Amino acid sequence: MTMNPAIRLDDLTVCYNRHPAVHHLSGAFNHGSLTAIVGPNGAGKSTLLKAIMGLLPVTTGRIDPAVLTPTDIAYLPQQAQIDRQFPITVLDVVLLGHWQRIGVLGAMTSALKTQAIEALAAVELVDFQRRPIRTLSAGQFQRVLFARMLLQDARLILLDEPFTAIDARTTADLITVVRAWHDQQRTVIAVLHDLDQVRAHFPETLLMARSRIAWGQTAQVLTAEHLQQAREMAEAWDEQARLCAVQAP
Amino acid sequence: MNLLLEWLVAPFVEFSFMRRALVACLALGLGCGPVGVLLMLRRMSLMGDALSHAVLPGAAIGFLIAGFSLTAMSLGGFVAGLTVALLAGLVTRFTEQREDASFAAFYLISLALGVLIVSIRGSSVDLLHVLFGTILAVDDASLLLVASIASVTLLTLALIYRPLIVECFDSGFLQSVQARGTVYHLLFLILVVLNLVAGFQALGTLMAVGLMMLPAAAARFWAQEVWSMAAVAATIAVLSGYIGLLLSYHHDLPSGPAIILTAGMAYLLSIVLGAQDGLLVRFLPRPHLQA
Repeated sequence: MTMNPAIRLDDLTVCYNRHPAVHHLSGAFNHGSLTAIVGPNGAGKSTLLKAIMGLLPVTTGRIDPAVLTPTDIAYLPQQAQIDRQFPITVLDVVLLGHWQRIGVLGAMTSALKTQAIEALAAVELVDFQRRPIRTLSAGQFQRVLFARMLLQDARLILLDEPFTAIDARTTADLITVVRAWHDQQRTVIAVLHDLDQVRAHFPETLLMARSRIAWGQTAQVLTAEHLQQAREMAEAWDEQARLCAVQAP
Repeated sequence: MNLLLEWLVAPFVEFSFMRRALVACLALGLGCGPVGVLLMLRRMSLMGDALSHAVLPGAAIGFLIAGFSLTAMSLGGFVAGLTVALLAGLVTRFTEQREDASFAAFYLISLALGVLIVSIRGSSVDLLHVLFGTILAVDDASLLLVASIASVTLLTLALIYRPLIVECFDSGFLQSVQARGTVYHLLFLILVVLNLVAGFQALGTLMAVGLMMLPAAAARFWAQEVWSMAAVAATIAVLSGYIGLLLSYHHDLPSGPAIILTAGMAYLLSIVLGAQDGLLVRFLPRPHLQA
């Protein structure tokens, strides 16, 4: 691997109530890499993304964003956190992708609008512009969020379970978008559960269960032995857990 | 025809207190309508109610210090309402307690405190005045206050419209683009308290929130976007004020309840007739489309 990290993790620990969700994790996501984060439920995958976004405090260790600033990052959280009944049209949601350009008061020009419609076309929703979002299916709504991320034009893209509860056709279309981001040298990190999908489309994988099990070329990471290790490590959230003996360097 | 026109217009031509009341309703409706819509969309409908009660001790203290002084009572009410909003917000932020519970706790404390203050130092007539207001006694100073609050509300909403809506619908996105959602939430709470203070002058603390929430709840059955919902809500609020005043005048009813009940009728009609998901649309058999 080249020595060109987009985000470096340095002995990172992130806790809920002193119990570590991410535990002494070190390594780097290289610039332009396409990485899947894999691991059992409770392995700290979402926690890691939130910590990178600065949404959770780091307990010990460091996240080094190299040359990236917070505004270079686009983040797609798990869907449950968005109010899908909200009275807003598809086009308005996509236009939010321009936030870094227009902010709170900037004018929405027709050029920006055209870009938004192009983004909708890229996810095959161009006829849906005026539809209220509450009329969309889960898959259609996920396409809308991808269109918004297209406009964000971010250098680092974090996706938290982007294809959960999404049908095969939509997943395939959205993976095409992800591949295009990869071709444009953007760094993409996605939390995923479908190992076949990871093997087919993601060159690199981080397999974690709070701490790192394996990180590197997908084929070398997703071995039966590593996966078994991950399952065993994920189990214990121990109420009586003792203090961690690993010292920060 | 002439008779109808007279019924609709004459009270306002004849009496200046009716004209003032009408203008006050117009201003109140313009401010309260949009604020109510945003409260509803933030799922804070009942918190408006809580805040309106929280205004009471401040108004009571203002009344005790300065008598029936509009400035003192409004200022007191504003400070009390904002204190409750901020304390509830802080507790939600720094403990595990949800916003609805902390709001309920603080408004109850505030309400009891208000009733206590009024009953120790004032008479039950004063308490009734604070609780129910008197729109027919609106003087020029109150009118100016209500109109100013409506103007400030609409201008502020226009300025923070974009982040406010994003914060409502996808607060995670606002965080991810490094915008400070809390600031806009706070500005919005200030607007809510301001409008409740405006409303309590005219309608009393118990009824003030009615002109905020009923038109908003009704507007949901007519519009599909926030701006159109706000426009419908403001229209319903203003019309409720007008019709309520007429009913109050012609049938000798107390004005506050007459206005709020008119808004309530608008809400009930909207549930049945509303173009968006109203009961008629839902249950009338209509042929479905091909795709």
